[in-house]
Amino acid sequence: MTWSETILQTLKDNDVRLVTYVPDNVLTPLLRGVTADNYFMAVGATREDEALGIAAGAWMGGIKGCVMMQTSGFAVAPNTLASLIVPFQIPAIMIISERGTLGEFNSGQALVARTMRPVLDSVAVTHHTLTDEKTLRFMVDKSIKQAVSTQAPVALILSPLLTGGNPVAEAKLKG
Amino acid sequence: MLERRAVVERLLRDRGGLCVIPGLGSCTWDVAACGDHPLNFHMWGAMGGTAMIGLGLALARPDRRVLVLTGDGDMLMGLGSLATIGVKRPANFAIVVLDNRHYGETGMQASHTAAGVDLVKIAEGCRFRISYAVGDMGEIDHVRDLLHTGEGPIFVQAQIAPNDPPRVLPTHDGHAIKQRFMQALN
Repeated sequence: MTWSETILQTLKDNDVRLVTYVPDNVLTPLLRGVTADNYFMAVGATREDEALGIAAGAWMGGIKGCVMMQTSGFAVAPNTLASLIVPFQIPAIMIISERGTLGEFNSGQALVARTMRPVLDSVAVTHHTLTDEKTLRFMVDKSIKQAVSTQAPVALILSPLLTGGNPVAEAKLKG
Repeated sequence: MLERRAVVERLLRDRGGLCVIPGLGSCTWDVAACGDHPLNFHMWGAMGGTAMIGLGLALARPDRRVLVLTGDGDMLMGLGSLATIGVKRPANFAIVVLDNRHYGETGMQASHTAAGVDLVKIAEGCRFRISYAVGDMGEIDHVRDLLHTGEGPIFVQAQIAPNDPPRVLPTHDGHAIKQRFMQALN
């Protein structure tokens, strides 16, 4: 299985049916898999805080949700995290493709990426960086189970070590 | 010009299984003033996000009716969410914006709707099935009927007076609000 197939299968194994997202290059195989599979309810949002809000409402309606975004998109979401997701104890599963490191071409991405982990730490949201396929299934599976049983959100950061990074950035760096 | 508390009281009369997501601030106080109810999901933040919580709920529970009751400031902050709703178009979903053309919680500064920005047309452009404005109490019973039986997504702009009735605060405990809501719903 590819890394994206492993993640999608692990979402299914844990009954995570809703996927809300804002598109991203690295996420493309995940999003393609989600939209091609009737098991998933896919909802595209215009902003990442919208995507978190949808997941919150769906959780209250009895459906587990995963929110997919890239690092700069995460930077849109802190108010929703700090004033809704964390205090209302919504187990949102965030899957964040990591831009801004290991071969970034865009200086804006490089700086905003540095805000992500400090923000997660400041609101006490557990985060793990996924770097290799050997531990991938274990980390995704256990993180979802812990999020649901403790009613706490979790952020799973997709490192370029796992995904190979952004193909567009690769082309730009080659120039 | 409508009085906000009277509008909310009428809209929520005999509400049955209607799920209500009031936006933070004045709309939350208005709904709390109508009495406590387990199917109220009171917000204490996430300004701009009220409609999206309602969308997630409506998609997860197509068997239930969902009302997002919010202000013009919250709606203006989340205009993109109207476009997101326009893609999914849930039939069981309605937004009522209590539009006083001001930011009531922060000192009554004018909002963009005061300058004539038209939320009804924006909702129309976002593929809401019904979108219109009401300015007379005689129209509120019809809006209430739509909340229970109309085919959504529905958008109603209630043109209310810019006054500031006394605050009626629900519990601050977000986890408790959510748990009670989920127990009543699921």
